[in-house]
Amino acid sequence: MRRVVPFVAVLVVGAILIFTVINYLPPFGSFPQRKLGAFENQSIGQRILENGPRETGATDVVTSVVWDYRGYDTMGECTILFTAVCGVLMLFLATRGQE
Amino acid sequence: MMAGMTTIVRTISRLLFPFMVLFGVCVVLHGHLTPGGGFQGGVIIAASFVMLWLAYSLEQSPIEFKLFRTEVLEAIGGLTLATVGLIGLVMGVGKFFGHVLPLGILGNLLSGGDLPLLNIGVGVEVAASIVLVFYAMLRKTGWDEK
Amino acid sequence: MSLNYVVAMLLIALGLYCLLLKRNLIKMVIGLGVMTDGIHLFLISMGYREGGIAAIISGSMLENTAGFASAAVDPIPQALVLTSIVINICIVALALSMAIWIYRHYGTLDPSEIRRLHE
Repeated sequence: MRRVVPFVAVLVVGAILIFTVINYLPPFGSFPQRKLGAFENQSIGQRILENGPRETGATDVVTSVVWDYRGYDTMGECTILFTAVCGVLMLFLATRGQE
Repeated sequence: MMAGMTTIVRTISRLLFPFMVLFGVCVVLHGHLTPGGGFQGGVIIAASFVMLWLAYSLEQSPIEFKLFRTEVLEAIGGLTLATVGLIGLVMGVGKFFGHVLPLGILGNLLSGGDLPLLNIGVGVEVAASIVLVFYAMLRKTGWDEK
Repeated sequence: MSLNYVVAMLLIALGLYCLLLKRNLIKMVIGLGVMTDGIHLFLISMGYREGGIAAIISGSMLENTAGFASAAVDPIPQALVLTSIVINICIVALALSMAIWIYRHYGTLDPSEIRRLHE
């Protein structure tokens, strides 16, 4: 009896999500022409596609977005990776000198 | 815990090891021309070392592993990233990741400014990280008795 | 009504079911991973262009950058998902390490029997 309430909650959340996705989103495959609130036909992805290879010199646009237009976020992510590996090593190998 | 696998698995993994490392280095170096880059190539290089550990055990693996050297390599990879960014700020370009090397012709291997150096730094850091995590978990749960 | 969005929402609901209703710590971590995959699929599907090509210049398109810019898909959600996958690795590594440590102290992996700090 205790497990009926979470099960019903998961069903309700799933139904709300699927109903919202079918009715209230812009149609699938309409990349620059979507109307979100008051903005229409202004997309920063289109601007990066037009000026990217000329300003960066790399033919891969996704790599130039990761390192050149958003390089600060990638540097923060490397810090997160370093901290997580420090945590795992501390949990497992910290008693090396005491054995 | 019984470690190691049969003779067929050991022979094939020892034959496949140099080709996997070569493929990972190729994915890292061509990061600005083909899909891939630093993170993906680093994981491929780390997977080749873990494959040798799973086929043999931790002590009988043909590649010798030193803990201190791998930790220093991981730190050097992270410091390369920050240093290349700071050089762009200090040496006159004005922004944090500003390009110091020339941009070059579109489509060559030596193009893209600072991008190949950043990819190499992150590749070294991610490979060392994944190898360290697998070494810690395998050694503490006893993968080295035969 | 398209298949990508509905499957992404189904994956999120399945991951939520595993996270709430299972009695084993390892199964909860698996549910977290399934939910993250659903979110990534939804993010990438938001940037699709009808009949588009991948966002990489190659071969005969080296001179024709105007034609490339009107036929390629959105590159920004792909960069966001790259960062998110690496952060997911860190979360799962730390969660599994703590699960091994809890099993060594308490002898069980049931979260309703791990109630007070180990004396």
